[in-house]
Amino acid sequence: MTTLTQAAILSESGRRRAGSPRRKGMSRKMRSSIFASYLLLILLALVYIYPFLISVAGSFKTDADSTANPLSLIPETWSFAAYERLFTDVPLPRWAMNSTVITLIITVGRVFFDSLAGYALSRLHFRGRNIIFAGLIAVMAVPGVVLLIPRFLILKELGLYDSYGGMIIPLIIDAAGIFIMKQFFESIPISVEEAARIDGAGVFRTFWTIVLPMARPAVVTLVILSFQGSWNEFSHFIVSRSDPDLNTLTTGVAGLVSGQLGSGNQFPIVLASAMLMTIPVAVVFFIFQKRLMNTTEGAEKG
Amino acid sequence: MSKGMRAGEAKYGYLFVAPAVIIIGVFLVAPIFLALYVSFSNWNGLGSPLGNSEFIGAENYQKVLVDDGLSKSDFGTSIRNNFYYVIFVVPAQTALALFLAVQVNRRVLRGRGFFRTAFYFPSVTSSIAITTIFLFLFTASGVVNSILAFFGINGPNWFKDPRGIIHNFLGVFGVSSAPAFLEVQGPLGISWWEWVAGPSVAMCALIVLAVFTTSGTFMLLFLAALQNIGAEIDEAALMDGSGPFRKLFSVTLPMLKPTLFTVLTLGLIGTWQVFDQVYLTGGNGAPAKTLLTPAFLAFSTSFNDLKWGQGAAISFILFAIIVALTLLQRYILRDRDVGKRAETNATRAAAEVKAGAARAVAKNASTNTDTTKAGIR
Repeated sequence: MTTLTQAAILSESGRRRAGSPRRKGMSRKMRSSIFASYLLLILLALVYIYPFLISVAGSFKTDADSTANPLSLIPETWSFAAYERLFTDVPLPRWAMNSTVITLIITVGRVFFDSLAGYALSRLHFRGRNIIFAGLIAVMAVPGVVLLIPRFLILKELGLYDSYGGMIIPLIIDAAGIFIMKQFFESIPISVEEAARIDGAGVFRTFWTIVLPMARPAVVTLVILSFQGSWNEFSHFIVSRSDPDLNTLTTGVAGLVSGQLGSGNQFPIVLASAMLMTIPVAVVFFIFQKRLMNTTEGAEKG
Repeated sequence: MSKGMRAGEAKYGYLFVAPAVIIIGVFLVAPIFLALYVSFSNWNGLGSPLGNSEFIGAENYQKVLVDDGLSKSDFGTSIRNNFYYVIFVVPAQTALALFLAVQVNRRVLRGRGFFRTAFYFPSVTSSIAITTIFLFLFTASGVVNSILAFFGINGPNWFKDPRGIIHNFLGVFGVSSAPAFLEVQGPLGISWWEWVAGPSVAMCALIVLAVFTTSGTFMLLFLAALQNIGAEIDEAALMDGSGPFRKLFSVTLPMLKPTLFTVLTLGLIGTWQVFDQVYLTGGNGAPAKTLLTPAFLAFSTSFNDLKWGQGAAISFILFAIIVALTLLQRYILRDRDVGKRAETNATRAAAEVKAGAARAVAKNASTNTDTTKAGIR
């Protein structure tokens, strides 16, 4: 990492030195073009961010205020009615709990099972390995929405419909995650494992204590992906349950929006629920933001 | 490694992949075959389809594709709606993503991190939350119309407006009903006049939504590729005296071709799968079925109308459409002379970005996994 950073700094300073004699010459025209692109980018950024700000503001408005002054960022009168109703009229805590439990189990499951399978496919030699891998690729080509009816059918068939099991198990392993882990394991030098194996460590122990810790970047990526994917998952929870007690935040809020509350001018409550369900993903996003952006930065030097 | 050390490895190999093979087999492969059977059966939703239904041949497919009636015209309408959605969204999201990537990749730019974050954030939020926000933004007296009013434009009642925008455009020239040559019946049970309606005003709001939520993801893909190109080539182009436009079209774009190809493919696959957004608008594709998409139609035919066979049939037709279009696009965009090289370049670039691109892409079409694969490739 440090060498990379140093290399970056070096190339940066080199570029600067090369650039400096030119800089004077292209001053005015260059500067005005930079100014113009800043202006454009700031406007665009505003377009991307404003909807979120306005929704936060909207959730604190009264129903009438949100209809009359949709644009304003500051409510005329601060109202917490929408949030109060979310915890009294609407079983939001229940939905949040379901979402949390399901997301946690799926995330842990995916990290464990995906890396196990990814490791086997990249490092262990066994008959049929290539066929399994090819099958995995084929499976990834199936569009998600095509699976809605099939998934419902199999869950009914197995008696898993309307249960946590039916909501969790089909998502607990994903082919894409296996693929990511396999790719990463292949980039780790094999000599490390060989040393461990010569020292007498078993296959699982080598994987668990030597290789998996080395794959930390990939594991973190997988955690972010799985967390976000399962927290935001919607269509699977539509076809795997109908019991209101099993509503997650996505299906619950969707029910609010597409039902009575979405029509008319009850926007504060649906906006409040949409904002609340965005918070966990936003937190994860901002914590791992460096990593999210750095994976692409890293490619520059790679 | 010696043979002895490999001993027992196979056992562990099978053990390690077993959970994946079992789960994917039981919850992905087997259900597809079950649904394939249902699509050829008259199952009515009661009991297990195995044993409670009869094989009726291609009747379900025939109802959707051949026999005149509501099933066919609904399917035709959904295909038309989604077709316009794809036609508008894919070019727009690709162009905007490329534009954003080129902009935030500029080395003179300060606050690059901020801009990247801002553009990417909508991509990580859930489709439910973001669609809710858009329903709010696009109400009759909502945010968008308030802004339009500021410029003296009287905005439509977006999500309640079923008028097609091409119809509206023709209306400007006084063409408000079908001319004789368009009145005739077109394919899939709707008239040619309906086929050329364009996306409805309501659909336009969903188009904006799609561009808004996907451009950040694709921006990251382009960004990774741009950074792979590196400063040297940029500088070489500059030294050779090419201006910014010339550089973009003669140097940058050709080098981005593999990524462009990936983004277009992912866009095409993703846009044929609109479901969550339509579900959230509530009224079964309302206004006037102009938001109906094949993905949603398959769902509602099965779960609301209880015509399971027909719903499953629509799913498989949609599957076929996506596969066919992806192959067609691959054929059209194939690299003629530098095919091999571009392919290896793409593979290498993908390996370098490692999970980066995969991660970025996977976010796009919810948990849709096929996208990731293409992203890596």
